[in-house]
Amino acid sequence: MTSRTRPVRRARELSGAVTLSHGSGGKATHALVETVFLEAFHNPALAALNDGAVLKVAGKDLAFTTDSFVVSPIFFPGGCLGDLAVNGTVNDLAACGAQPLALSAGFVIEEGFPLTELARVVQAMASAARYVGVSVVTGDTKVVEHGKGDGCYVNTSGIGLVDRRATGLSAAAACPGDQDIVSGYIGDHGTAVLLARGELGISAEIASDTAPLNGLVAALLDCVGPKVHALRDATRGGVATVLNEVALASGAAVVLAEDALPVRSEVFGVCEMLGIDPLYVACEGRMVAVVDGDCTDDALRVMRAHPMGRNSAVIGEVRREPVGLVLENTGFGGSRVVDMLVGDPLPRIC
Amino acid sequence: MRFVTGYRDRSKATVLAGAIAGLCEPGRHYKLMEVCGGHTHTIYKHGLEHYLPEAVELVHGPGCPVCVIPMGRVDDAISIARQPDVTLACFGDMVRVPGGKGSFLDAKAAGADVRVVYSPMDALKLAIDEPDRRVVFVAIGFETTAPSTALTVLRAQADHIRNFSVFCNHVTIIPPLKAILDANDVDIDGFIGPGHVSTVVGCRPYLPIAADYGKPLVVSGFEPLDVLQSVYMVMRQLAERRAEVENQYGRVVNWEGNTTAVAVMEQTMEPRPHFEWRGLGSIPFSALKLRPHLAEHDAEELFDIPGVRVADPRACQCGQVLRGQIRPWECRVFGKACTPEKPIGTCMVSSEGACAAYYNFGRLVTPHARPPRARSAAPS
Repeated sequence: MTSRTRPVRRARELSGAVTLSHGSGGKATHALVETVFLEAFHNPALAALNDGAVLKVAGKDLAFTTDSFVVSPIFFPGGCLGDLAVNGTVNDLAACGAQPLALSAGFVIEEGFPLTELARVVQAMASAARYVGVSVVTGDTKVVEHGKGDGCYVNTSGIGLVDRRATGLSAAAACPGDQDIVSGYIGDHGTAVLLARGELGISAEIASDTAPLNGLVAALLDCVGPKVHALRDATRGGVATVLNEVALASGAAVVLAEDALPVRSEVFGVCEMLGIDPLYVACEGRMVAVVDGDCTDDALRVMRAHPMGRNSAVIGEVRREPVGLVLENTGFGGSRVVDMLVGDPLPRIC
Repeated sequence: MRFVTGYRDRSKATVLAGAIAGLCEPGRHYKLMEVCGGHTHTIYKHGLEHYLPEAVELVHGPGCPVCVIPMGRVDDAISIARQPDVTLACFGDMVRVPGGKGSFLDAKAAGADVRVVYSPMDALKLAIDEPDRRVVFVAIGFETTAPSTALTVLRAQADHIRNFSVFCNHVTIIPPLKAILDANDVDIDGFIGPGHVSTVVGCRPYLPIAADYGKPLVVSGFEPLDVLQSVYMVMRQLAERRAEVENQYGRVVNWEGNTTAVAVMEQTMEPRPHFEWRGLGSIPFSALKLRPHLAEHDAEELFDIPGVRVADPRACQCGQVLRGQIRPWECRVFGKACTPEKPIGTCMVSSEGACAAYYNFGRLVTPHARPPRARSAAPS
């Protein structure tokens, strides 16, 4: 067996400047995190590299996470920057097995940004927070000169209480025999935003999947408890990237079945036309759950019974080898490696 | 959907695989070159080699438009991008291609205005929307994409869009195939011919490959069953001692091609006496430049361009990969110094590049991980 090329951690990654690839959520982002941030901030809570940190506070496990939201266009089918900013942080907490207690919101607004649009973004945040049952309890506003920002950026942070049945949740806890379940159709958000930019001349009825997943996670934990080994919120870099994180952290392999991947025919069609793989396209309301193989049926049943998981599907399993790799058995009958994303997914020229 | 799923039918693949195996002569090793990067992508993405007997080896050809761009041309484009008021527009595949002094992405990070577009018309629209910018479209690709560049230039000329120009790197498909065959250092038994190029040029230009070199060529589609059927058709020709041009991709390609597209290309572009190909060296009359009457839209006429030839890095064996001499993993830097996130050679950049396709999809799982290097039997 050939050994896997691990993400590069050598100093040569520090040469040059930050490029857009460093923000894609794929290999370059991981290299940046490992070489710049992990090194400088080194501490045990951060080192786990989960979607949020889990801290012991007065005998309880407190999850803490932060996320910044940059999207163009700010309004798109299925949602807007405001929905993303609340749901994204709620979902990072949910991936830690936590129910949200409170959120913060920080705004960086470009001079000239219409107040009506800002109000729409904030109303969407308020509405999303109400749906989840969490409050935005603190915030900050900065305005930058015209041309120094792209309309409006939002940062949200959140704290939440970790469910006592979820204290062992970690990508590293995935083990051979586990099954991988995704909570619905993949690639909806990224495709919806790509089309909403209007640069491709393709029209399709595709809406973002932005949604809070804390209720789904609670239902899953109620049903199978600690047999959920890992949860990952599949955002930038898509399902492929989070499964690579699981494979790397656990030292196991993830083997997917292409035929089992839930992809809407519209998303599949757009991706085929552009030469993009839906596995790498961003989701904003999809959880990947790695569960003990013994309880797969129960986990799938309860996820499908929840409104945020109706199209849940078992997409693969964890195996012992090849260490640290994600493979896919293709619908055509072959198999292939599913690597972590390199750069942004870009359409092919022909 | 049926236009996709219908061409990925596992049961039909099994039938074709049996038929291909049945055509193999005992003791003979077959080397078929898939010319197009799109075919390479399909082969690895769907695990197509799983269906091929060990005696049939697919080697990758020079048909990935990004892979054949030499480093010097990337540097030239970056030098244009650094000039005042310039916006460089390019296809997404190009942004990570390494030149001698970094990629477009590096240039963008250093302050150059580099934008990804999806068609040359998008670049023209940029020029119309931003009249103070000098928009330069980096045109790459074979005859597949050249007509759209040609039409865009004609539109710019007709509409007097003076701030739009093209840095033309279009190449043509037949010269590199002949160069590979003339070099005679790879025993290729037959070709899986390019599909999308052939929608423009048709099938006729390949006739010398069959008639003069005695090699079967089957123009192929890009779905896995297309490629597998094309392998079968080449193998059938070999078994029947034929060398002809056949068209598997009849649903898209017709024999005469798109004569309108060819005419617009000829109206706007002329062959360059020489063009440097990444890894293949200089090939005469293998690339296109804008004709003199379009000089006002020709970036090579409008800008100071260093035009310095940059030697490929010594460690990089892209040239041998593009000629089918070695397979990606046999390159000495593959997967070590050269990876998709830090590519040394162009074949590791585009998802159609043989090295990137193999690195991204094929590592560990290709059935013939170390194919026999046996030479083919005597030509039939």
